[in-house]
Amino acid sequence: MTVAGGARMARISRTRLRRLLPIYGLLLPGMVLYAAWAAWPLLNSFVLSFTDWSLTRTPTPVGLGNYTRALGDPLFWRALWSTVGYTAVTVAGQLLLGLGAALLLNRQIPGRSVLRLVYYLPVITSWVIVSLVFLYIYNGQSGPLNWLLVDVLGVIDKPIAWLAEPATALWAIAVLGIWKGIGWTMVVFLAGLQGVPPELYEAAEMDGAGSWARFRHVTLPQLRPTSTFLLVVLTIGGLNAFISIFVMSSAATGTVGGPLNSTEVVLTYLWKQSFASLDLGYGAAISFLLAAVIGVISLVELRLAREQAG
Amino acid sequence: MIRPGIRRRRAIGRWLLFGTAVAVGLVMLIPFALMVSTAFKPHAYVLETPPRLIPSQPTLDNFVDAWTGQDFGRYFVNSVIVSVCSTAIAVALGSMLAFAFARYSFPGRRVLFGALLFTMMVPGMVLLIPQFVLAKNLGLLNSLQGLVIVYATMNLGLNTFLMRGFFSSMPQEMFDAAEVDGAGVWATFWRVGVPLARPGIATVTLFSFLAAWDEFTWAIVSLSDKELYTLPIAVRSLQRAQATEWGLVFAASLIALAPVLLLFVALQKQFVSGAFVGATKG
Repeated sequence: MTVAGGARMARISRTRLRRLLPIYGLLLPGMVLYAAWAAWPLLNSFVLSFTDWSLTRTPTPVGLGNYTRALGDPLFWRALWSTVGYTAVTVAGQLLLGLGAALLLNRQIPGRSVLRLVYYLPVITSWVIVSLVFLYIYNGQSGPLNWLLVDVLGVIDKPIAWLAEPATALWAIAVLGIWKGIGWTMVVFLAGLQGVPPELYEAAEMDGAGSWARFRHVTLPQLRPTSTFLLVVLTIGGLNAFISIFVMSSAATGTVGGPLNSTEVVLTYLWKQSFASLDLGYGAAISFLLAAVIGVISLVELRLAREQAG
Repeated sequence: MIRPGIRRRRAIGRWLLFGTAVAVGLVMLIPFALMVSTAFKPHAYVLETPPRLIPSQPTLDNFVDAWTGQDFGRYFVNSVIVSVCSTAIAVALGSMLAFAFARYSFPGRRVLFGALLFTMMVPGMVLLIPQFVLAKNLGLLNSLQGLVIVYATMNLGLNTFLMRGFFSSMPQEMFDAAEVDGAGVWATFWRVGVPLARPGIATVTLFSFLAAWDEFTWAIVSLSDKELYTLPIAVRSLQRAQATEWGLVFAASLIALAPVLLLFVALQKQFVSGAFVGATKG
């Protein structure tokens, strides 16, 4: 509370106070919970990021030491680039396939409400369960994917250990990320498609526009706000990827972020620094660096979208 | 008047679209089909080639083993306790906050709401370390109470945000009438706000419950005693480095998924209507 605010509070009359008290009463329990378990931890974490601390000793202040350490840490940079790569691939995949699914199920086809539920099924299934299912599908010897590619299609000679090969592991996990997100992206696009005025299509048809031209000049521009929203939300989701990578990499290689750090993303690295090495100050600094990256990328995306809209 | 040729071409086009939609739907379903069929297979058959969708030796052993032998009955109860309690807190406190923010003006309103939104946007992992330290200091680490309080906090921001939208859109006359009757803030909240907000309350209850039911990261950080495990970390603990009993893993997965599926089938409109699209992204 500022000084001016304090002076204003002092002028509040008794009747006003009597009116305000029950309102603050409504706020109190929620705000207490929130202050104790969200705001205070957040502040704490920020302070912690400027110290060296491992739970057992008392924290020693190190100034910006944790931040400069991260910026000079090749494993942090590697994790950051993997995170960005994973995000780029999963966001693009979800946007394209989600839009395709929405266009498909926006048409009058039989059974479309059932199909919408089917496409949405991966969204409601927890990350742990879908990660285990894909772990099974990617099994390095006789998993269903290897069976399909070796025995049925014959496109590869021998089974590939998708999650144990540094070249494929992160992208195999990205496929899960796309599959799980298509349904949600589709539902948001469907809501956007409902908002396109039918007159626009009628007018375009009168002008002799074919279906591609109608899509290109009516649907896509009308979906711009929806697409921007999705771009930002899906990007934030990708940058925060953790559970699938944690579960699948540790199961397939025995190490979180394995094989050979190829699936190490910022959150798995943060996890290891904080809860395996108990380097909590360093972990806190990494979490704020990630928050900063998320903030900057979101702002850049919003700016680009606004410029595109002209 | 549309010529028959065009009409026929349109009919073919529609069947092509339908075929594509069904084919994509089947691809989306394959992982679920594999999960369900494997859950009914004896261990020797879980990685058979070719993989059969209909088990040749169907068995319920995996479900029996998961529920009794692996103690999933207990984990199920843990998950129910934690999800129900945290949801009750997050919905009640969130509605109260939202009602105050939506219907009254008071000093500090913008600052408090802004702070709430700000922490909503911070990645959960930023809070994980200090919440861990706080829970440790309060003796809440490795306890179901610790899970309840963190899940309630986790859902509080979004619930407040969504419920505020509901309360804001209510007609002012209803509240004027209550004031004329001399109803105070709490009576107005309870007798006017809550009954009118029932659909909104149902929605945030559903989403809070699902978020708590599926939460993984805080549970695995804070719980060390196996008897306190919730379903997500219990399911994951069945996975082994070698020779994983996939039938058992997927039977346990289906036990964890069953309540979610029931809610999904019963309340499908809430999920796919797009009205609360922001709330369901996992």
